[in-house]
Amino acid sequence: MRWLSRLGVQFRMLFSRNRAHRELDAELRDHLDRQIAENTARGMSDESARAAALRTFGNPALLRDQAHDTWNWAAAESLLHDVRIGCRTLLRTPGFTVIAILVMALGIGANVALFTIVRGVLLKPLPYSDPERLVTLYERSASEGLGMFNPVAAGSFSEWQRAATGVEQMALVSPFQNYNVSAEGGKLPERIDAGFCSWNLFSLLGVQPALGRTFAEADDEHSAQSTVMLSDAFWRRRYAGDPAIVGKTIWLDAKPYTVVGVLPASFLFNSAFGGNTVQVWTPVGHEFPEALLKAYDDHEGIVMARLKPGVTLQSVLAQLGAVQAQIKKEHAAGGVNGAVNGRSMLDDAVHDYKTPLYALLAATGCVLLIACMNVASLLIARTAARGKEMAIRTALGGGRMRLMRERLTESLLISVMAGAVGIGISWAALQLLVKMRPDMNRVESIRIDGGVALFTIAAIASCALFAGLISALGADGKRLLSALQESSRANRGSHQRATLRRVLLVLEVSLTVVLLAGAGLLLKSYQRLRTTDLGIPINNALRLHVSLPESRYKEEVQQVAFFEQLIAGVRALPGVEAAGLVSTAPGQGWGGDSLADTLEQPRRQEDLLDIHRRAADPGYFAAAQIPLLRGRIFTSDERLSRSDVALISLSTAQQLFPGQDPIGKHLHFGYNKDVYEIIGVVGDVRWDIHEPPKPTMYMPLYGHDWTGATIFVRGRNVESLAMPIENVVGRLDRDLPVSNVMTFRESIAKSTIDSQFDSLLILSFAVIALILAGAGLYGVLAYLVTQRTGEIGIRMALGAPRKQVMRLMLLDGLRPALIGLVLGLAGSAATGRLIASMLFDTKPLDAGIYTAVAATLLVVAGIACMLPAWRASRIDPMQALRTE
Amino acid sequence: MTGRIELPQGTLDLLILRTLLPGPQHGWAISERVQQVSSEVLSIQQGSLYPALHRLERRGWIKAEWGTSDNNRRAKYYELTRTGRKQLDAETEAWRKLAVAVEQVLEGA
Repeated sequence: MRWLSRLGVQFRMLFSRNRAHRELDAELRDHLDRQIAENTARGMSDESARAAALRTFGNPALLRDQAHDTWNWAAAESLLHDVRIGCRTLLRTPGFTVIAILVMALGIGANVALFTIVRGVLLKPLPYSDPERLVTLYERSASEGLGMFNPVAAGSFSEWQRAATGVEQMALVSPFQNYNVSAEGGKLPERIDAGFCSWNLFSLLGVQPALGRTFAEADDEHSAQSTVMLSDAFWRRRYAGDPAIVGKTIWLDAKPYTVVGVLPASFLFNSAFGGNTVQVWTPVGHEFPEALLKAYDDHEGIVMARLKPGVTLQSVLAQLGAVQAQIKKEHAAGGVNGAVNGRSMLDDAVHDYKTPLYALLAATGCVLLIACMNVASLLIARTAARGKEMAIRTALGGGRMRLMRERLTESLLISVMAGAVGIGISWAALQLLVKMRPDMNRVESIRIDGGVALFTIAAIASCALFAGLISALGADGKRLLSALQESSRANRGSHQRATLRRVLLVLEVSLTVVLLAGAGLLLKSYQRLRTTDLGIPINNALRLHVSLPESRYKEEVQQVAFFEQLIAGVRALPGVEAAGLVSTAPGQGWGGDSLADTLEQPRRQEDLLDIHRRAADPGYFAAAQIPLLRGRIFTSDERLSRSDVALISLSTAQQLFPGQDPIGKHLHFGYNKDVYEIIGVVGDVRWDIHEPPKPTMYMPLYGHDWTGATIFVRGRNVESLAMPIENVVGRLDRDLPVSNVMTFRESIAKSTIDSQFDSLLILSFAVIALILAGAGLYGVLAYLVTQRTGEIGIRMALGAPRKQVMRLMLLDGLRPALIGLVLGLAGSAATGRLIASMLFDTKPLDAGIYTAVAATLLVVAGIACMLPAWRASRIDPMQALRTE
Repeated sequence: MTGRIELPQGTLDLLILRTLLPGPQHGWAISERVQQVSSEVLSIQQGSLYPALHRLERRGWIKAEWGTSDNNRRAKYYELTRTGRKQLDAETEAWRKLAVAVEQVLEGA
């Protein structure tokens, strides 16, 4: 601690320097006075007493300086001096200063913003107790690639729970559920995201309720009373934060649920399935039908587990893998997985964001590097402009270290100011990003904190060092001397500096090309995604979802009657051209699939075809405009009976019955013994915009297991139809909410938001890089023109035509651009593979993109070089020679 | 002034610390006292006194405070700190050893 207090003294002295000076003066004066007084007492005259005293005393000024020096002020003071000089130099060229600061601020701002996101989303531990022991477990199908992280069947979960010795607790979670919340207390009905979970999920995570209690084991029984826990947001929004909510009853899917507790605001559920939108939690053992709880082939959940201390995920996976392999052996039917898989809970929650976020971070890193090179380049140019001054100072014995320190101070000043501006930029950017992507997992943990502050300081320091050192490299003392000797005529020193700037430029251009190529690939892939053929026209279509609560619509007759009235009501609305019902619409994602076999040509177990099952009413195909290729659509009778007839998509027909007529053949599934007769073949559609069309089978909607349906409506001006349709639903059942009201176009935009987000961000970084590179090219060439004014003057005086001068200068600027372009394209080819997983229907080596990037870059480089070159060709030879 | 010798390197600090042992003193008094006690043999040049005082203060061995002197003038008083006292002990010990050793060498040679 001694050094600390010593440091304290030094600091005090440094900051109270003036006082210290005064005190020292007073002290010395006192000393001198006493000496004089003594001399006088010895009998000297006043005059000689003073003279003698001064003689013994020495030079007071020198004395003061000597005492002063012991305080180690020298270093600090010369730093202050440097800073003062730096400020003055920067203020002398405000244009340069502003550009340099802005350029670097953009780089620093983008990096700080991205780092904040990466840190918040990917690096910060999950907000649960001992998060490093939390893992998420999945089933794994035999095939590699797809099916690596398959949801878990409740039956398997029970067996795992019995067998696993390496875990403290294990919970089954089904986070992708929904409820209709009934209209009550003057509020409209609404449909909310919900999660089913084992009773122990919250104790497993270490989450304490804010109000009431969490679930008890008894709540998780099938026969138990219905209980629910509310999220903080839902409790505040729907129930105005009612402190007496615990014990009250709320109606979910027209059934009464007792509220047992409210979760804390800090609890936001994150997993690869189902993001942070879960509003209420109910016990899975109570909610799942009993058959489902025992099923091994119906995958409805994920398993969250807390490992015992010291136990590895691998050992648990090995143990559970054996259990699952045994299950597969005992239940050989299709759909039972034979292996398990798992990853840390954090990894699971943010897995989808990893590649894009790291790619974006790399992109911003490139931008910062380019910005630093530009600032270095600007500093070099400035040094060159001050070449003579530097040379004289060096000649007079100015230390090279001193000159270097000046340059470092200057770049430090720029970096610090840029950092301040950059923090503002990053703050604004973060606000924007968080607002744009509230759906992103862990978005709540994105925060500027101490770690981010450290990163910012490190970024500023490394920018200062980088720019300062590179520009100092261009100011070697010897060369400065030669600059002095050779006067300002095109000399070696400035040529070497120009060479250094050219090298920087080549690097800058190549980084820009890499960024542009990456942005191009992502943009193209986004465009591909937007324009992907879903199999049906996307304009003039609206979809809405209605889900019937089983408690109120127990009988199939009731469901059928409801849907009959609903679709009749919708069709009667003015403006509706066609309307139909389907269990899951194209672009809406996974909606249930099964392994199918045919009666006519039974297939081997491992060759069963994975078919998406959809239920539809006859009007759907016309409304969606899915073409009928063979056979016929359902009849009205069939939709009201439990007719086992089915339509299949073209790809199903091609795979199950290659080269044959499928009409009249029969399909059946492992999960029940129903056999479906194929009555028609319809066009293929994409269920998920990211995936190619999957084999699909349609069966009549009514009288099957579906209690919810999407209303698919075609008409002009479909947006204006949403309210009337909601009114139709409200008239039929005032407690029934209509959810997911979206035009078809909007629903596609929603499922492409990830790629839109990524490509727009990278594109903006690439554009910044392009502007910086253009500015860099312009700067270097403009500098070269100034440097070579004399030479050009001579050339022109000797008869060189203006065109030739212009060509000469253009080539001078374009050469580094071309080299950079070639290097950059090579670099892009190498890095393209890294973002391959983010691309849709686009190859990392896309000739079109590469050509476009090259063309863009050449155009920008051309423009940046044209102006100085043109200026060079305008030089008046006489004027140029005279200024020399 | 005759009979005076140059102070060996490093002894100045020791002398100042020792002079401050009885109690706080101002700069003038320190130099007077050293001169007096050493029978005018040792004299501290003001040129080295003040830098030395500041050096000792920076090291935390002495601390300074403004006070009023005997003749009613404001003066800066220097005082030993606890670490300064320890330092004085250590340096006195070292000096004694050195003096004895040097003496022995001189005798033995």
